[in-house]
Amino acid sequence: MLKKLAASMVAAFALATGAFAAGEAKNVPNVDFSFDGPFGSFDQNQLQRGLQIYTEICAACHGLQYVPIRTLSDESGPGLPEDQVRAYAEFYEVYDAAEDDFRPAIPNDHFPGSQLENAPDLSLMAKARAGFHGPYGLGINQLRNGIGGAEYIAAILTGYTGEEKEEAGAVLYENKYFPGGWIAMAPPLYGDDTEFADGAATDLQSLSEDVSAFLMWTAEPKMMARKQAGFVGVIFLTILSVLLYLTNKRLWAPVKARYKKK
Amino acid sequence: MAGIPHDHYEPKAAWEKGLAKRLPIVGLMYDTLMIPTPKNLNWMWIWGIVLTFCLALQIITGIVLAMHYTPHVNEAFASIEHIMRNVNGGAMLRYLHMNGASLFFVAVYAHIFRGLYYGSYKAPREITWIIGMLIYLLMMGTAFMGYVLPWGQMSFWGATVITGLFGAIPFIGEALQSWLLGGPAVDNSTLNRFFSLHYLLPFVIAGLVIVHIWAFHTTGNNNPTGVEVRRTSKEEAEKDTLPFWPYFVIKDLFALAIILVVFFAIVGFMPNYLGHPDNYIEANPLATPAHIVPEWYFLPFYAILRAFTPDVWIVQFATFISGGIIQADFFGVLAMFGAIAVMALAPWLDTSSVRSGRYRPMFKWWFALLVVDFFVLMWVGARPAEEPYNTIALLASTYWFVYFLVILPLLGVIEKPNAQPATIEEDFAASMGKGDGGSAAPSAQPAE
Repeated sequence: MLKKLAASMVAAFALATGAFAAGEAKNVPNVDFSFDGPFGSFDQNQLQRGLQIYTEICAACHGLQYVPIRTLSDESGPGLPEDQVRAYAEFYEVYDAAEDDFRPAIPNDHFPGSQLENAPDLSLMAKARAGFHGPYGLGINQLRNGIGGAEYIAAILTGYTGEEKEEAGAVLYENKYFPGGWIAMAPPLYGDDTEFADGAATDLQSLSEDVSAFLMWTAEPKMMARKQAGFVGVIFLTILSVLLYLTNKRLWAPVKARYKKK
Repeated sequence: MAGIPHDHYEPKAAWEKGLAKRLPIVGLMYDTLMIPTPKNLNWMWIWGIVLTFCLALQIITGIVLAMHYTPHVNEAFASIEHIMRNVNGGAMLRYLHMNGASLFFVAVYAHIFRGLYYGSYKAPREITWIIGMLIYLLMMGTAFMGYVLPWGQMSFWGATVITGLFGAIPFIGEALQSWLLGGPAVDNSTLNRFFSLHYLLPFVIAGLVIVHIWAFHTTGNNNPTGVEVRRTSKEEAEKDTLPFWPYFVIKDLFALAIILVVFFAIVGFMPNYLGHPDNYIEANPLATPAHIVPEWYFLPFYAILRAFTPDVWIVQFATFISGGIIQADFFGVLAMFGAIAVMALAPWLDTSSVRSGRYRPMFKWWFALLVVDFFVLMWVGARPAEEPYNTIALLASTYWFVYFLVILPLLGVIEKPNAQPATIEEDFAASMGKGDGGSAAPSAQPAE
């Protein structure tokens, strides 16, 4: 009897946890990015490598319509010299309403938008996706690892299984981390797709991480300033708390003393 | 102000007397700031100052954000990115405003549950309570409309779902919904009116806050014992109270500073933790997100809204009795607003003669369960609408109503309250005797 009860309890528990798991989105592998945590900051070399990958590969279909090209020279970003940024901008053609014609871009222009109808703009992608979920909607994984947008991008880039299928005339590629399992984007990176001047690794994982870090910067270009402001705020408010604690203690001491003596 | 006897402002110099005769503003400010306040207030009485701070923070950051924001469907999303990238300090301002809303709701829920536990809603403070509930409703309206302004996916679909609630009202629903939206669907006219109202309502809230403070300054503060301040003479009143300045201002500011340490850590290090990633995708009326989830502070009431599905017997009963007028979706809307209405009616539903929950042995446990229930509702509100969540949501929603409509009226009759201290002074002295510092103990954890 007891055994039966125990067995049914185990079964019920397994069913219940199964039901929980069904509602969860998949967690992606964590990546140790240099910008993780309260003290993390962007790795400028990595951002420059990411920019190179974006320019050579992603930009063929995707865009960065919210990102002004001039911000590539930001100290807290890729930090390219201004003449290089100017030269880089000329790669792009932008539409100028005043001239009613296309002209080479200047640093004050934004990156062009997406070239393909169904290729989403990447400016905010690293904030518009979550890599970590749950457990059970409690948000503990996000608290521990962050929202995981950059990790999600890296996971998608490395998550292709090699399987393909055709559906309604479009080829879909199986991807372990894409919701639904099939993505319309062909594998963009295979490893050794480019070479870096600084001789950094060009295997698939490294390339994916580099471009994910770059897209984190495009999504949150003021991350360094934000963390610094947060840090200053925390330090000063902690000092203020201590001072107010001491003031409060001193202020109330005579009031309390009157009753303590009794 | 009326109520507890205390010293009033005496103009001395000739110009002071002249001013007081023409505009007694100094006297008004003096009386407001020096109001006699019960000595024994604990750390749950600090939320008022936190809330005042939040309102100021939201208005100041909001006004600056409005200088750079464009309320148009084609430009709203891009203008937010303009603020985040090009405006000096813009990213910080926006994250302060975004997370400021969350701090505001953390504080208001703590404030409300404080009132529910210590019976702050009971006579003679019913008007303070009702005004507070009005402020809370306006806060929800303001926060909801503010969330629509960035024009992300959750903005758009949240607005579509919530304004759809009004469409569920029988007979006038559809007309009302399109009147609110300014058209058949959420579009540019909706965004424009939401922006206008999101700017207006905080000032209405500020006005009501003044009335809220005026009301409880007239009756005097409640306190953890629920025992009234002795007020036959000034000397007697002074045994129970201390002036608000400096004793409680400093205490409250200390608590505020600690709370702001946490707040700044969130704004600086994880500003998007409480948000939803989908809101960084521009609104697209053609693509519905997989899960439409409101902000965390709406989740308990969103759970109540969704809990009453057509297969629940009480919904079927209501449909039958009303001849089909009350369908499940309208029942859900009634339940959601009803959940707040029963809370507003607490002064008349609670029949106990004892004010503070501290001296009510049975009430304590039911109240603790209500707090747990609130968090369960919050959690289940973010889960997909499937089993076992539907059942949990239904049970939790039921308890919410049972607490206010059955338990509160019944407890007053069947419960035998414990002995209360005769005076506030006695309670304060007793807490000193324990030697743990009592009311001014330096703990970040609010007592009780």
